Amino acid sequence: MFAASEVLSPLRDGWFLQNAWLAPVIPTIGFALIILFGKRLPKKGSEVGVLSMLASLVLASGAAWQWIQRVGGAGEEQFVSPVIRTWTWWQSGGMEFTIGQHVDGLTVVVLFVVAFISTLVQVYSLEYLRGDRRYTHFFAALTLFSAGMLAMVIAEDMILFLLGWEIMGLCSFMLIGHWWEDGANSRAALKAFFTVRTGDVGLLVGISILFFAANEWTTTNLGLSGFSIRGLSAWALSGEPNSTVILVAAVALFIAAIGKSGQFPLHTWLPDAMAGPTPVSSLLHSSTMVVAGVFLVARLYPVFFTGLDILGPSSNIIMIIAAITIVIAAALAFVQTDIKRVLAYSTVSQLGYMMLGLGAGAWLPAVFHIFTHAFFKACLFLSAGSISHSASHHSFDMKKDMGGLRKHMPITFAAWTVSTLALCGVFPFSGFFSKDEIIDNVGGNGYTFFMVVGLGGAFLTAAYMTRATYLTFFGEPRGASAGEHGESSHGTHSAHDGHDAHDAHAVHDSHDAHDSHDAHAGPHESGILITAPLAILAALAIFSGLFNATPFGESWEYMKKWTEPRAAVVVESYPGGPGEAFVVPAAESGYGESPCGKETPKDGVCYAPQLNHAKFKWSKALLSLAIVFAGIAISWVLSAALYGRRDPRLVGLTQRNAVARSGYQLLINKYYLDHLYERGVVSAIVGPLARGAYWFNQQVLDGILHGVARVSRAVAQVVYRDIDQRLVDGAVNASADVTKAAGTTVQPIQSGRVGHYGALLFATAAVAALVFVILNT
Amino acid sequence: MLTSQFLLLGAILFCIGVYGVIARKNAVLVLMSIELILNSVNINLLAFALRNGSADGHTFALYIIAVAAAEVGVGLAMVLLIYRNRRSIGLDELSEMRG
Repeated sequence: MFAASEVLSPLRDGWFLQNAWLAPVIPTIGFALIILFGKRLPKKGSEVGVLSMLASLVLASGAAWQWIQRVGGAGEEQFVSPVIRTWTWWQSGGMEFTIGQHVDGLTVVVLFVVAFISTLVQVYSLEYLRGDRRYTHFFAALTLFSAGMLAMVIAEDMILFLLGWEIMGLCSFMLIGHWWEDGANSRAALKAFFTVRTGDVGLLVGISILFFAANEWTTTNLGLSGFSIRGLSAWALSGEPNSTVILVAAVALFIAAIGKSGQFPLHTWLPDAMAGPTPVSSLLHSSTMVVAGVFLVARLYPVFFTGLDILGPSSNIIMIIAAITIVIAAALAFVQTDIKRVLAYSTVSQLGYMMLGLGAGAWLPAVFHIFTHAFFKACLFLSAGSISHSASHHSFDMKKDMGGLRKHMPITFAAWTVSTLALCGVFPFSGFFSKDEIIDNVGGNGYTFFMVVGLGGAFLTAAYMTRATYLTFFGEPRGASAGEHGESSHGTHSAHDGHDAHDAHAVHDSHDAHDSHDAHAGPHESGILITAPLAILAALAIFSGLFNATPFGESWEYMKKWTEPRAAVVVESYPGGPGEAFVVPAAESGYGESPCGKETPKDGVCYAPQLNHAKFKWSKALLSLAIVFAGIAISWVLSAALYGRRDPRLVGLTQRNAVARSGYQLLINKYYLDHLYERGVVSAIVGPLARGAYWFNQQVLDGILHGVARVSRAVAQVVYRDIDQRLVDGAVNASADVTKAAGTTVQPIQSGRVGHYGALLFATAAVAALVFVILNT
Repeated sequence: MLTSQFLLLGAILFCIGVYGVIARKNAVLVLMSIELILNSVNINLLAFALRNGSADGHTFALYIIAVAAAEVGVGLAMVLLIYRNRRSIGLDELSEMRG
């Protein structure tokens, strides 16, 4: 079915592409330097962190540039093969485990985003955490986190991927609990760690299933191991895999993605994770680490594509979970008083959009949304941090301690507004180009219901962000931002305790170092180290959408050209591969006819499924824009009435109206999911286990004991009368004397000291070993 | 050959561990020394697995790591309880079991 395989132009290469693996290695070295020498350095180790991130950023940018050159030099339908380098990591029983890099369009995008945001956040932290008591450790953990994420992004095989994934989990734990002196913070850290670990089991299971299912095929056909991402992609699209096996593997991997990316029902850890310092929330829990789950799905997309039958007639688990997540998280954002929690739920909801896109076959818009979302969400979080740092005295409570800040903090206000508009998806801002594309493509692939959910989510997003903006920047200054220091921030604590005793309140960045701020009276704009990252991110929140501005025509779709792997049938030089691959053009008649993902490819392998792209229509875009503006307008009017004028019809509605009250209670208690997990799941496991053990102890063990006792007693009666009294007693008395004498002699050995026992143990073992050696020779 | 160097490393770690168990007074350090001993055993297993070209040793090493994790979990819990009751984790003060 393929025409003669024309030999295509060789792909361009470059130093940055070949050495992209240095991007995670440099921060790893930086981490070691900070841990070992950080406290002795003049800037307490922060300079090492910032410099190593800058180096990574340079490498990532260079790799991105050379990748663009590589794609540009390739033919229209040519598969641009990733730059892969591997080294042997370890060998075990004839198996070889490799470590290496896999650089393609997706890698380059995420690599750049992670390095870029990490650099800005580290610069921001220089000011935000100045004087913190664990300043050095903070930078060490932040640098290690970046190293882990970069390693995961660049990973050639699933082993390194898993390693990076787990390093991120660990760093997330350390950074959420950075101020662990407050019990709530360490509880939040533990909750995040355990919830994510629950999902991580899925990753291990998924990787194992894939390895055992695919290893033979990949080794014979491509010369790659069953862990290799490239091999797994080809295997998934080869028509070889058993549909049940690949379904189970895809579901297991998706469970891991649910845990890491805060999808329903494991999203509960993410809002609590806001207990960490704001730069951490900005870097880990909004723009980079939480997209790891999305990245996993995007990276192994062929596995999900085949396993879950994406683009099939029925809806799949990814879309269902994502749709639930979008709506419930957006609804939760309405009842939050903590500005960071609003943003956290917003993040959960936006991650739902990315997942929805991936589940519905809109790979490129989802990846593009990772790109744009990272900039505007990081900007929003850093703005929230700037407010708490300079205006509201370390409180994040919008209702109590903010309001009217737009006059005092013009730069923060501008950055916040721009990012909010980007998040809502207003036309010239970046969010529009990515989110609207997701919704459009979901509809274009025939999933009308999910498109409606996406549009509803856009309405909710616009509404809750307007509410947060109003509370923070408009109206009259309240609480700390009006100059009431001290007691007001304690008030927030007790207010939150009322809601939920288990709630880790992220209200309060209670680091002692900032007591000096008491000297400042009133809110003011933050310093240059805080506003400069804000300004850069705000600029990107406006312009980053232009990288894939579908509305302006095909020539603007750079991201599509650079990132989306082309669904061409590739002929590898069997079996030694992957040599210089050359390509059979997908189809003579043009784009969109490739067999990849639809049927079994012959004479070659596919690395990416053929996906559709919805045709952009202004009428559809105008509809979604109208929905967004309706959300903004309605929310603005209601917020102004409720918080501004204290309209009596609205104030206290949640107490008076039964429907509103029950809805409010449901949201405040976060759908009772935490109750379910703590009381339901944990006690359901612990309770029966304890009761079962008790029953076993009472009935079975004791029963045996009682039976044995009765028999022995009968025997004993006989023995006692006839044998014991007469015959034995004499002998016993004699032996007792001997024993007593012996016991007194040995008594000093029983010193009660563990060390002595240990010494005896090892001495005996040594003697025994000696005897053993002598006997054997 | 390489195996003997691994075995030597294992032996050195084992000796350090034994020294720690016998000579240290701090319960946490004793637990750490026990970990050292277990890991020296792991190194031996891996060294022999390498020499025989079989994965059995690796399996045992993983098994030992799992057991060691459980052991240290129980051990630390005990140390914590002892500390709560006595405000000290000095092992030489724990001699109630003296004969």
